[in-house]
Amino acid sequence: MALTGIEIFKLLPKTNCGECGVPTCLAFAMNLAAAKAELTACPHVSDEAKEKLSEASAPPILPATIGVGDRALKIGGETVMFRHEKRFENPPGLAILVSDSMDDAEVDARLKRFKTLEYERVGLTLRPDLIAIKADSGDAAKFEALVNKVKGKSDGGIILMSDNPDILAAGLKASADRKPLLYAATKDNLDSVANLAKENDCPVAVKASGLEELASLTEKLTAAGLKNIVIDSGARTVRQALEDQIIIRSTALNKKYRPLGFPSIVFPGEMTDNPMKEAVIASMFLAKYAGIIVLSDFQGESLFPLLVERLNIYTDPQRPLATKQGIYEINNPDENAPLMVTSNFSLTYFIVSGEIENSKVPSYLYVKDTEGLSVMTSWAAGKFSADIIGPAILKSGITDKIKHQKLIIPGYIAAESGSLEEEMPGWEIMVGPRDAANLTPYLKTWKA
Amino acid sequence: MPFEIPKTAYSGKIKEIKLGKGDKAVTIGGETAYPFYLFEGEMPNLPKIAMEIYDTPPEEWPEAALEPFAGVADDPVAWAQKCINDYGAEMICLQMLSTDPNGIDRGADEAAQVVKKVADAIDVPLIVWGTANHDKDTEVLRAAAELCQDKSLILGPVEEANHKKIGAAAIGYKHTVVASTPIDINLAKQLNILLGNLGVSDDLLATDPTVSSIGYGIEYCYSVMERMRMAALTQQDDKLQFPIICNVAKEVWKTKEAKISEAEDPKMGDAKKRGILLEAMSATVLLLAGADVLIMRHPEAIKLVREMITDLTAK
Repeated sequence: MALTGIEIFKLLPKTNCGECGVPTCLAFAMNLAAAKAELTACPHVSDEAKEKLSEASAPPILPATIGVGDRALKIGGETVMFRHEKRFENPPGLAILVSDSMDDAEVDARLKRFKTLEYERVGLTLRPDLIAIKADSGDAAKFEALVNKVKGKSDGGIILMSDNPDILAAGLKASADRKPLLYAATKDNLDSVANLAKENDCPVAVKASGLEELASLTEKLTAAGLKNIVIDSGARTVRQALEDQIIIRSTALNKKYRPLGFPSIVFPGEMTDNPMKEAVIASMFLAKYAGIIVLSDFQGESLFPLLVERLNIYTDPQRPLATKQGIYEINNPDENAPLMVTSNFSLTYFIVSGEIENSKVPSYLYVKDTEGLSVMTSWAAGKFSADIIGPAILKSGITDKIKHQKLIIPGYIAAESGSLEEEMPGWEIMVGPRDAANLTPYLKTWKA
Repeated sequence: MPFEIPKTAYSGKIKEIKLGKGDKAVTIGGETAYPFYLFEGEMPNLPKIAMEIYDTPPEEWPEAALEPFAGVADDPVAWAQKCINDYGAEMICLQMLSTDPNGIDRGADEAAQVVKKVADAIDVPLIVWGTANHDKDTEVLRAAAELCQDKSLILGPVEEANHKKIGAAAIGYKHTVVASTPIDINLAKQLNILLGNLGVSDDLLATDPTVSSIGYGIEYCYSVMERMRMAALTQQDDKLQFPIICNVAKEVWKTKEAKISEAEDPKMGDAKKRGILLEAMSATVLLLAGADVLIMRHPEAIKLVREMITDLTAK
């Protein structure tokens, strides 16, 4: 349970030395309770108090890390039920499944998809995170060979899937240095799997049948000193799985119930045989609280929408995504193509560039850095006015690409056209439509 | 340590409204908990899917979206009947694309005749959706409201700029109004109040928060809808307790990601499946945020979303 300010105060030195930056221990305690301060700011706190406090001040949903280096995946650490309350912190990992009973060609094809299916969007690389390696054959040597193969062909994070500790140990022999997630400790093998996780300093997943059992198992793992934990309630129907996701998060956040305060792992492929349906179920788990989503397989047509949805849902509502400033060439423009300017709010960019593409009119779009604000907002904030747009366009290098001197501005900033003509001598400023949806007819009749 | 499942403190309920008339009328709303939080409350009426048809043959659709409607895309009546008979549509949404002043700009009276023909030919509820041009929608929806006065149509989008004129026609001829605002909870509430003041009764009002596709700002409408449900259910904000209608299909299928062929960009995979998944996933995200009616297009996307609704509410 989280401590109140007064409870924390009782554990502090009560010297009011002020070295933490606030004048009294009480004020510091209140800041700690509100998560506005770190305990390390107090140089005099006792070790005993430190232990009690760090336990109490740990985030209600612990983070877990799978893998190492650049591809290490951090999940969990969530603080809200609804993204508008603050933001969702760590996007869930997406995994593709391979099994030691699949033939080589199938495994190779999946590893190839894992490697090649990545997408650029708003300056970010969207790609899957994990490869789940399932021991179906029951043969430890075969499993180990597959783990070695996966390791050699990919730097993605690894999930080792078996309920047999000996087989997990064989997989670990090949991949312990990659800090794979062990899936899973169950009520029947808990001690052995916990030992493996401890010896190899690996994250471990717990699978239970139901939330009560899940909580009792994580308590055992925590008691064994493990913290890097991922949980599976065992639900394999869509309704029960959603309900469990909601209850896990809400119990952890609203009741500060530690035994369920871990990121979760889900298997939509175990809820349907239809790959299309599986992708739709995965889309539900992206919005509702999964920490890792293991897909039985994916293709470009299913992975791409999931990756973009994940990007959308995990965008910080207070910090809209922005597109890079610069000249964007759409539909192969030549020197007579129209030139438009817009803001760098990523949504503005996607909608405007999408409409230009739809119009099939070869065009240049100059995207001005407006700190991620939309046209109207940035204009109102003085970040998208003539004295800013004019010089930026003249310096952008666009004059080497076009023969004419005509600039189309968004209808919403029509008021800037006069000042822009002053900022850009010799240019004709043309007022485009207010709504990007009306760009097609506008562009079709535009003449250089 | 045993655990206690936290319960959300609900104090409100989404208003229940009836769409259409007769045996095939549809009731929506009535929720007493967040979407699919069935361990906390009820969803007495499952979310419904309206299939969209167009009053003029669509030009920019990818092949995957046109294929299921081959042979009927130039005949709104046949199209609507195909949706009902072949694809089991419980509702139809007639998109009045031909009336767009930036496009064909068909006159209001002629457009209303098409609405009448479709309304006469079907017995499921009919949503009539304009082009979000205030003046033109006013003419078209008023004409349709008058011509179809015994049909209990659902008219949208009704925006602040034209709510009085369309609202008055809806009141006069007993149609349902869809109050449409641009992704903003305060504007949504404001328009619901204005329509209430005008005399639109609560059982003839639904709300459209303006939705978009995955990749095109779905997170904004997702959060606005979640906030609307929160205000409606936990803060007794009765001006936000109206059922939500999401006109999502056209937003999905106009994106380049739904259109681009696999040959052009092999990493994007099969174009048909991708379009279907973008539609079904966008719809699923909106369902989780509180959609009561989804306006959808592709029969296979609809099938997937219907299955999700069934699974999410399975006993």
